[in-house]
Amino acid sequence: MDDSEAQFALTRLSRELWMELSPDLPRSVEYEACGTLWVAADEEEMREVRRKQEFYASRGVSTQILDALQLREAEPNLRDGLAGALLVNQDSVVYPPCAAVELIARSGATVLRARSVGIESQKVMLANGESLEAGVIINAAGIHAGALMPSVSVPIAPRKGHLLITDRYPGFVRHQLVELGYLKSAHSTTGSSVAFNVQPRRTGQLLIGSSRQFGVNSPDIDAPMMARMLRRATDFMPGIARLSAIRSWTGVRAATPDKLPLIGPCPGLPHAFIAAGHEGLGITTSLGTARILTDHIVGKTPPIPLSPYLPDRHA
Amino acid sequence: MKIVIVGAGPAGLAAARSAAEGVARSGADVTLIDGNHSTGGQIWRGGGAPEIETGVATLLNTRVASPDLLTFDKLILATGARELFLPFPGWTLPGVFGAGGLQALVKEGLDVRNKRVVVAGTGPLLLAVAHYLKTHGADIRLIAEQAPWSKLIRFGAALPSRKWLEALRLWNPCFSPSTWVTEAQGTTHVKSVSAGGKKIPCDYLAIGYGLVPNTELPQLMKVDPCALDEYQRTSNPAIFCAGEVTGIGGVDLSIVEGSIAGYAAAGDVEKARAFFVQRDRWKRFGTALAEAFALRPELAQLARPDTFVCRCEDVTYQELVAKASWREAKIHSRCGMGPCQGRVCGPAVEFLFGWKPDSVRPPLFPTPSGSFSMIGNEPQ
Amino acid sequence: MPEITIDGRRVTVREQTSVAAAILQAGVSSFRRSVTGEPRAALCGMGICYECRVTIDGEPHALSCQTLCVDGMVVETT
Repeated sequence: MDDSEAQFALTRLSRELWMELSPDLPRSVEYEACGTLWVAADEEEMREVRRKQEFYASRGVSTQILDALQLREAEPNLRDGLAGALLVNQDSVVYPPCAAVELIARSGATVLRARSVGIESQKVMLANGESLEAGVIINAAGIHAGALMPSVSVPIAPRKGHLLITDRYPGFVRHQLVELGYLKSAHSTTGSSVAFNVQPRRTGQLLIGSSRQFGVNSPDIDAPMMARMLRRATDFMPGIARLSAIRSWTGVRAATPDKLPLIGPCPGLPHAFIAAGHEGLGITTSLGTARILTDHIVGKTPPIPLSPYLPDRHA
Repeated sequence: MKIVIVGAGPAGLAAARSAAEGVARSGADVTLIDGNHSTGGQIWRGGGAPEIETGVATLLNTRVASPDLLTFDKLILATGARELFLPFPGWTLPGVFGAGGLQALVKEGLDVRNKRVVVAGTGPLLLAVAHYLKTHGADIRLIAEQAPWSKLIRFGAALPSRKWLEALRLWNPCFSPSTWVTEAQGTTHVKSVSAGGKKIPCDYLAIGYGLVPNTELPQLMKVDPCALDEYQRTSNPAIFCAGEVTGIGGVDLSIVEGSIAGYAAAGDVEKARAFFVQRDRWKRFGTALAEAFALRPELAQLARPDTFVCRCEDVTYQELVAKASWREAKIHSRCGMGPCQGRVCGPAVEFLFGWKPDSVRPPLFPTPSGSFSMIGNEPQ
Repeated sequence: MPEITIDGRRVTVREQTSVAAAILQAGVSSFRRSVTGEPRAALCGMGICYECRVTIDGEPHALSCQTLCVDGMVVETT
């Protein structure tokens, strides 16, 4: 969340909005304030922990540094010999499909089950041959955003990821765990990479990740990539190898060249807006994205400036 | 050449036998893989399976969780079938088993002497299971067959005499057509069931609504087990399918299909062709079976709003009825997202709501996570 | 004949007895609790439905219908 000031600002705003929502989210959303632990493998990464803490602190977000012993107490299933971690206490996880259902229900919007095939300035063409007209159109189609507007340059590239999902093991992992090497390995903009990332769900299930591959659109499981991902995960948490995996998943993230989403007016298409390209932070920053875009559309000043995310910034 | 056969039931065993015979001269090797601790599949569990041919390597207690773990020149998929379960009030109570399920448990050590058992559902398996349980001392109270006499008589008329003799041998006066279980009662264990307007006290209910082919592995390998050439070959020339996975047709059809696939995989097409006539005959039996034991629509009305449909995740009928598709049901209600991976609720919701299953992904069975780190090579 | 422990009770079973059959034979009717807390027991008997999951020798989520009893085995239901 701290790749850049703009990413941090959007993430922090979004996190506040999620926290406001959280008290009355239904159980199905599985909102769980488990916190994130950025795990440092060695002294070099501990320096990164301290840098991160200062970065967060100077921007009003309090975090806690854990030494090797405290980390072992916090997460007994991590391997021996890790240097420590940064605990970001108020980070949470949700189950996105049910969160979406809840947000739609609250909005009162009408849901039309149809596939969009094209967007013009005040018109959405549907696959069934019909079209919809509206004064404002928001293209939030993720990696498909560009295909809906062929005349517009939408710099979004697919970046495929894998997850392995386990049976229920309550308490095996207590926080969302991310290796600090994540920044070094996974966020490189070319090539494929894996990083240790485990998320506990409220059910006690674990989501084991993560992998990133550029330019791959196939939803099939890439077995060697999955193998590499699992080797990374068991390197940090050997006990994972014994846990029963019940499902696997792949998805394609919508990545932009500067790792910032595209939010705002669509260049060359009056009345059309884009909200896409959030890569791995789409769920996290969804609420902030919606807030700043709708504020902009209705003429209010957004809580954070829209300028870093404007879709025409790459032009 | 390496021939691999997945599934050691009637089709897989027949395939192994004919493949081993067909390749005996060339020195190719034949490997038979099965998830159970013995060969024979569900029907010959606990005895009755033919001996394994010499020249066939068997790998038992081995489930294929991902095709990436298989290396072969020819592959024969004989993954068989499982029972179809339909939700009704009380079906999640302990003491409610599959029909084949209770039989399997008895074969593996459960003592049913003097237990009062209701056998229910549909298909020839019911009489066979009731007979088996009775010879092991069970007190059969009712055999509830949902199909009507009219269909059963038409089916009987088309049976070869050998099957008639078998039916007579298995006959039980508790057999009741046009009868189905509408509810199982009990709090921590089944105590009685309602069927045909009566309440029947019992210790166990053994209920199965026929069989569902295990098509997950062929699906994952992107071949259709129902679209085969005359040699049981799929659209991928290296992959064959045989037995119940290609459609429910009974043990005789499975053996014939297995033999054809085995010879064909080994390259002996003449020997394979010799079974074509038999296959046609048993396929007609399969068609008659499907017609006679077609499920009546009333069975889709048994679940109440609070009846669980997905037993892994405890998802009720009420939570599902308004969903538009299997995919929507899965992601919004968790239906089918548990360890059975929708093998129980998937066919049930297909019958209840007409939803088609979606794509299949590894692992095909819950598998230790660590086994994934061994697949494939490090990508460059 | 193998002797195994089910929920702290020692039981002796015949050779080739599955853990699921042994649990039922011992008079235990709930193998596991469902996610809403219902008692559940083996259903399919052939490794498909995962209702018969128990803890075997400390390993949770083990399929009792696919596991044969081995002398000294420790089985826990819930």
